[in-house]
Order: sequence, then C-alpha cells, then structure tokens
Amino acid sequence: MSDVLAIADHRRGELRDVSYELLTAGRDLADETGGDLHVAVVSGPVDEYAEKLDREGVDAVHTVDYGEEFNHDVYTRAITQLYDALAPQYVLAPNSVNGLDYAPAVANRLDLPLVTDVVDLAVDGDALVATREMYGGKVETTTELAADAAAVTIRSGEWPAAEGTGDATVEAFDVDIDEDAIGSTVTGFEEVAGGDVDITDADVLVSVGRGIDEEENLELIFDLAEAMDATVSSSRPIVDNGWLPPNRQVGQSGKVVTPDVYVAIGISGAVQHVAGMKGSETIVAINTDPNAPIMDIADYAIHDDLFDVVPALTEEFGG
Amino acid sequence: MKVLVTVKEVATVEDEFEIDGTAIDERFLGADLNEWDDYAIEAAVQLQEDGIADEVVTVTIGPEDAEQTIRQALAKGADRAIRVWDDALADVDLLDVGAKTELLQAVVEDEDPDLVLTGVQSGDDSFGATGVSLADAIDTQWAAVVNDLEVDPDAGTASVHRELEGGVEELTEIDLPAVLTIQTGINEPRYASLRGIRQAQRKPLDHQTLADLGVDDGAVDGDLELTDMYEPETETDVTVFEGSAEETAGDLADLLREKGVEA
Ligand SMILES: Cc1cc2nc3c(=O)[nH]c(=O)nc-3n(C[C@H](O)[C@H](O)[C@H](O)COP(=O)(O)OP(=O)(O)OC[C@H]3O[C@@H](n4cnc5c(N)ncnc54)[C@H](O)[C@@H]3O)c2cc1C
Repeated sequence: MSDVLAIADHRRGELRDVSYELLTAGRDLADETGGDLHVAVVSGPVDEYAEKLDREGVDAVHTVDYGEEFNHDVYTRAITQLYDALAPQYVLAPNSVNGLDYAPAVANRLDLPLVTDVVDLAVDGDALVATREMYGGKVETTTELAADAAAVTIRSGEWPAAEGTGDATVEAFDVDIDEDAIGSTVTGFEEVAGGDVDITDADVLVSVGRGIDEEENLELIFDLAEAMDATVSSSRPIVDNGWLPPNRQVGQSGKVVTPDVYVAIGISGAVQHVAGMKGSETIVAINTDPNAPIMDIADYAIHDDLFDVVPALTEEFGG
Repeated sequence: MKVLVTVKEVATVEDEFEIDGTAIDERFLGADLNEWDDYAIEAAVQLQEDGIADEVVTVTIGPEDAEQTIRQALAKGADRAIRVWDDALADVDLLDVGAKTELLQAVVEDEDPDLVLTGVQSGDDSFGATGVSLADAIDTQWAAVVNDLEVDPDAGTASVHRELEGGVEELTEIDLPAVLTIQTGINEPRYASLRGIRQAQRKPLDHQTLADLGVDDGAVDGDLELTDMYEPETETDVTVFEGSAEETAGDLADLLREKGVEA
C-alpha cells in the first residue's frame, strides 16, 4: 500500500488545468512513498481524456465510462470501488467546487482522514505532512496526518502541470452503480449574465473590496477610475451585497483578468480572489493591513487608509 | 419540514498579530459568526417565512463563550439552538472534518431534520468539507456550493444552483432529505431586530456533551495534528510607498504614469 490515486477534474468536455497539476503532485508523492501513480477519470469522453492524462510519471490511467457530466453519486461510487480494487495509500482530488462535492463523501465512506486545500505535501516517516493556509491566507500551517492512508484535495496553481508523454497502461474500470441510489440529477448549466462592461478587456482595473464599507463610498472608486481612464472591478462581497453586478467580480467564481495594471483597494487577497487576477502585469495594493495576503503578490503597496489615499490619487490624475 | 442549520463562531485575526506556537496569540483574536453561516441561517429563516419550514434549529460545536454569537441566529428567527461541547473538545487544537462529522451526525440522528444547511466553509480553518462529509455519514443527498435554492416539499426535492468556477452555475435536482452547503450571495442576510434580540434571550439553547450524544471521547481526537504555524513568505518584492497619503498617492501616480496610465 504505497500507491497514489489521483482523480482528474473535467467539465463540459474539457479537462481542467488542475488535472495536470494533480499528476505532478501525485508523482512527487508516489516518489516519496515508492509507489505507482494511478489516475482515474470518471465520466465524459474518458478515452480522449486518458490519452491527454498519459503524461510523464503516470503509471496507469483508469477510465470510468459512465455518463457525460459530473455527478457526485457516480464519482463517490467509482472512486470508492477503485480504492477497493487498487488499495492506494493516498487519494488526491482537486480542491475545485466539484472536488469538494465528492472528496469529503469519499473520505467518509472509506473512513480516511481528509485534509483539503493543500498547497504543499511531503512524507515524513509514516506521516503525511500537508501545508495549508488558515484565516483567509493570513497564516500558513503544517498539518501532520499520522494515518496509514488519507484523502487530500490540492489547491489549483500550486504544482506545475505535468508534461511530456508517458507510457501508462489505460484500463477501463467497470463500476457497479445502482441507478436507484443516484439522488441528484444535473439538468443544465447557466452562465452568469454578461452586462455593461467587460472587465477582461480593460488595460487598467481599479478593483474595490470590502474595505470600502458602504455602498455610497463606491463613488470614490468610480471617481478615481474616471480620472485614470480605468475600469472598475471588485471582489466578491461587493457583488454579494448587490452593490455591483456579477460581471464586475474578479476571482474563482467571477472573471479571470490580466490587465497591465490592477489596483486592489481594500481587498485582502483571499485565494479565490487571487485566482482571478494574479496574471496581472503590475499589481498595486492599497490596504491598511500590512499583513494582508494581497501583499504577498503585490508589486507596489500603500499601507494606508483608502479613504485618504484614493481621493489624493484621484486628485493626482486631475479628478 | 424541519431545517437544521450548522453555525460556527470563527476566530478573526487583527491586522497585526503574533503567533504563539501553533496558534495565533489570543490577544490578537476576535470572534464572529462565520460569514457563510449567516447566509445559511437566512436561507432557513426564509423557508420558514414561506411556510415551507415549520422549525429551524441551529447546532454549533463550541464552548460557552460562543453562545453570544449563536444567539444571533436565534435573534434572526431560528427557533432553538443546540451547542455541543465537552471537556474532551477543549484540548483539541484542530478539530478535523471526521470529528465534526461524527458529532453532527449524532445531533442529526436525534433531530431527524428534512434539510440541513451548512456554510460552504468556515473562515478560520477553511476545510470546506464538513457538510458533504456529514451528508454521507447520515446517508442523505447533498450539494456543495449552493447559490440558489428552491424547495418543493410536496415532491420532496430541492432545485439548486451550484456555483462552479468561472461564472458557470450547475442546475441540479436533488432528493430530500439533503445537506446543502450555502454560498455567500444566495440571499441578503437580515440584521436582527431589537425585538428579535430580546426574544432570542428566551429561546432554548441546549448544551449537549459527548455522553449526551452517545459519542465516544476518542472520536474527537482525529488524525490531524497542527505542527507549525507561520506567516507566509511573500512571492514578490513588494515596493512599499511610505509617507502621508498625499506623498504615497504622488509616488503611486508617478509609477502608474510610467506604466502608461493617463488621465
Ligand atoms: C467557493 C468560493 C468562491 C469564491 N469566489 C470568489 C471570487 O470569485 N472573487 C472573490 O473576490 N472572492 C471569492 N470568494 C470569497 C473569498 O474567499 C473572500 O471572502 C473575498 O475575496 C474577500 O473579499 P475582500 O478582500 O473584499 O474582503 P475582506 O477579506 O474582508 O478584506 C477587506 C480588506 O480591506 C482592508 N481594509 C478595510 N478597511 C480599509 C481601509 N479603510 N483602507 C484600506 N484598506 C481597508 C482590510 O485590511 C482587508 O484586507 C469565494 C469564496 C468561496 C468559498
């Protein structure tokens, strides 16, 4: 029992990037345990996926040809049955929205300890050492799992994607699924409505977060954006509050933006926000908290009150 | 229909803080109702107002200090609260998903709700896994990261939107009973009224120990041990502009002009 089983992530006909990152994380872990790296891909065009997942370091790909789209009942059953068949030491899943819809159920059913949203993994003797954040990224922690086996979900973007072509065996796995036990049905997908502006198109984004405090104060941000000839975007709470429409939201569940300049104002830099803006050319943060996680990825920063800095900056640009 | 809402008092950290061993020094910690749970409470109270739920019960795992926070849910309309705590829990520095599952499972078995609402995650340890783990333990359906909910009590189903990445929502029908993990933005959490706050003081808040729940002491030990806590290293060489707001704004404006920003 030293193998690693990694579960690929896909949606609407495409493998998601984290799938290839899981291969790297899985290979690293299997090297430490001295085991093989097995990859499972469940539902959808599995043969096509298997070909793509056969990258360097993968020993075996197991395809479960059942249904088109993600269904957590199918995933949970397929993975627990694969686990019984392969007896791996570690199960690696993506910390994606779908990953979090089956990994905890799999862990519970297999009675495996679970550690989620991991950014680094190592093996120390008998223990698995997982690095993860707490308090919205203000601190990092190491957690030791002293168990024979474990389930882990990994954060996307933390491991490089596996490359090259491997010589994995590809095997179809026959899963036994009791249709009556499937209690959820995906009936469709919906895209969050577009709207007035396309923030992915902007060269300069002035992005506002919860630090703005009140809806009325947004005027300060729009004044600055106008003076700078920039577009206004925001973090999630601003949209949750209904102060700006969803098409302005930057992040995991919003838009991914890559402007030349991204000015984050009163935004802490939670991982789900950073996922949408870390590719910006230059990142500026205006935040009273010098320890806010946004500082870890900012190029320039002002550790001061936005209510003092923003009007002064607007004035600089003749606003 | 009975709705059970899991609620948690989370620790909040001040801007400047110190780490003491594997925890943040208590002097720099505050407490608040978990942001996601606020939306779960609102969803439950709305089901009650719509005549779909006839009882809303909250459950928390937490010490007596947390009572003030969980009374907020009572003030917003929940009917009664259960607080699970035990000396055995006081010594655990990181309660893992498995342990939380076992405790909540025991409560669900006592209460037998038709719908359990949890937050997507808690703002402090952010495992984001307890709801789905619980669903499997109590052998019901579930849906993670729900940002739209309609319950059809006659059909015994719920129609939900699951918020996926990149502005895509998955539309899913699930059979009840079920556990749903509720995402922020699904509704607008209300503020408690003064009357609600007064009434909350008189609503039942029932304390349960592990023995009361019939859970073994060993269940809460878990397999996870926190061994280190530190401030993350920065990935960039951040240039910090110092001085008064006028000075820093001036420096930043110079930089932005250099980068091509023009009025
Ligand atoms: C499944 C999931 C998906 C998510 N998707 C997204 C997403 O797409 N986009 C997103 O943004 N979030 C998303 N989130 C939420 C995310 O976890 C954070 O809660 C959110 O990004 C926090 O927004 P914020 O930084 O504006 O608020 P906070 O974290 O509250 O930060 C506010 C910041 O403002 C600073 N501040 C306060 N007052 C002032 C002042 N006067 N002057 C200067 N600074 C000040 C504070 O120091 C703090 O750093 C998601 C979460 C989950 C679980």
